Amino acid sequence: MPQSSVAAVTISADGRSVRVPAGVTVAAALLDLGTSAFRRSVSGEPRAPLCGMGTCYECRVTIDGVAHRRACLVTVAEGMHVTTADGAEEAPA
Amino acid sequence: MSTVAADVVVVGAGPAGIAAAVRATEAKRRVVVLDEAPNVGGQIWRHRSVGTLGADARTWIDRLSRTNAEVRRGVAVVDVIVGGEAGDITVVAERHLGGVDVIRTPALIIATGARERFVPFPGWTLPGVTGIGGAQALLKQGATFRGKRVVIAGTGPLILPVAASLTDAGARVVVVAEQAPFQAVRDFALSLLTHPETLLQAAIYRLAFLRTPYAMGTWVTSASGTDQLAGVAVANARTAWSLPCDLLCTGYGLVPNVDMARFVGCTTADGAVAVDERQATSVPGIFAAGEVTGIGGVGLAVAEGEIAGAATAGAARIDPSLARRRQALRVVARRMERAFALRQELRSLARDDTVICRCEDVGRAAIASFADSRQAKLYARAGMGACQGRVCGPALELLFGWQPGTVRSPLEPARLSTLSTAALAGAASSAADPSAGS
Ligand SMILES: Cc1cc2nc3c(=O)[nH]c(=O)nc-3n(C[C@H](O)[C@H](O)[C@H](O)COP(=O)(O)OP(=O)(O)OC[C@H]3O[C@@H](n4cnc5c(N)ncnc54)[C@H](O)[C@@H]3O)c2cc1C
Ligand code: FES
Repeated sequence: MPQSSVAAVTISADGRSVRVPAGVTVAAALLDLGTSAFRRSVSGEPRAPLCGMGTCYECRVTIDGVAHRRACLVTVAEGMHVTTADGAEEAPA
Repeated sequence: MSTVAADVVVVGAGPAGIAAAVRATEAKRRVVVLDEAPNVGGQIWRHRSVGTLGADARTWIDRLSRTNAEVRRGVAVVDVIVGGEAGDITVVAERHLGGVDVIRTPALIIATGARERFVPFPGWTLPGVTGIGGAQALLKQGATFRGKRVVIAGTGPLILPVAASLTDAGARVVVVAEQAPFQAVRDFALSLLTHPETLLQAAIYRLAFLRTPYAMGTWVTSASGTDQLAGVAVANARTAWSLPCDLLCTGYGLVPNVDMARFVGCTTADGAVAVDERQATSVPGIFAAGEVTGIGGVGLAVAEGEIAGAATAGAARIDPSLARRRQALRVVARRMERAFALRQELRSLARDDTVICRCEDVGRAAIASFADSRQAKLYARAGMGACQGRVCGPALELLFGWQPGTVRSPLEPARLSTLSTAALAGAASSAADPSAGS
């Protein structure tokens, strides 16, 4: 996914440390990492971004310990901790 | 919290809001523009990657930055209080990064644009199914769709540029399924040639015909996969078939974002805000411009914005060339609406167990017996979730003919501290000194 010429940042995605291009949103980064379940619906179905622009709330993940953040509205940052529905709970750094 | 006064507040910094702000500031009005997005430009000028409309966008955004309009980005308007003794309008907005703005103004321009319409079908909740605007936005945000097999399904001119962007990004567009029949699309494309304003769109059509596997009179009936999209079922009037794919982008047209306008009591018709020649709504001091008044494309949004901006600045008459342009583009918009009307079959794709309200996982069977959207919300929680019915509302209307329910504040999910500020602002506005805020 990331081209080596683009600046990259390291984030932790479900406890896994990964390099992702700087400037991308958390949603874009997770999609490129192959994430399918961003969140689980009330009946347990996997859900992922639908609208890409903050309307549908399907892309909600936990970012730096704050639950229910919309991944399509947040840009990745060095050291950011992202936890998806199926990721192990982890404490923010 | 900060309270300021302005002559004109514009909500929405899309093409309509930008044009309105430019016109009003050029007429020496103190203008504040508010948009919840981190960048100005609205749906098209913000998300567009390789822009065919690039020059136009740059011209308007430059023009805005040369005015002294105060543009506040990343602020969502959560409440609007009309009235009080000063006859003023109080706008309460929440900053994403914390903090609340309260602005008092005699004139408000609502330029909140439109959002995508989603049609529920079996499998539409699977990861890998997105809106066409969603796919375009995610691409712009840095997602790479290289090598993915993509099906695009929907209607209208907007599905074509998305097919082109995805192809440019290295995805393999397997089919672009346009639900409108061939004759309707052909007649519409030909009609564009008679309008200088729409020649560009006509050119986009030609390109699309040449570049993409564009199938008219064709629609997706279901998506399949266990935890991730694996394929779709497609149909036309004669036959049905299946296709494997990794991404399905659907785009069934746009729905005007009328919540704010309805909340303050503006009259709506056919799901859009009703306006007069000057873009004034039924509520004194409140104007509306752009797609919130009806889906009509960027050119129409700009023309309406210019007229609204001038009107708030007290222009006695409407610039006749602008009025002519607006009229011509409205004619095109009406043609487009007719050509791309949703076919009946799309209303019956959802099965009993198909989720309609994605926030609360309410299936079709759980709500089909209710009388209206208010009951469905009250008894089955449809539309109660985080998106506040923005996704399922238009779907309920399509499936059951239900009109959206009453709009309440906050207009966007807001922090508790914002809500108490809004309550204070409301109290202050009804006790206001008539000379304040102007
Ligand atoms: C998903 C999508 C994709 C599109 N793709 C194309 C395309 O490829 N080609 C094309 O020609 N046209 C496209 N269009 C149509 C084009 O975007 C519109 O014609 C044009 O943007 C309309 O301009 P506008 O100013 O009326 O509204 P918009 O551009 O929608 O701007 C409205 C603005 O209001 C803001 N807003 C709304 N509510 C609030 C609130 N409560 N508080 C603060 N701010 C708020 C929004 O953030 C937004 O920036 C697309 C539209 C959508 C919805
Ligand atoms: S994808 Fe819809 S809110 Fe993020």
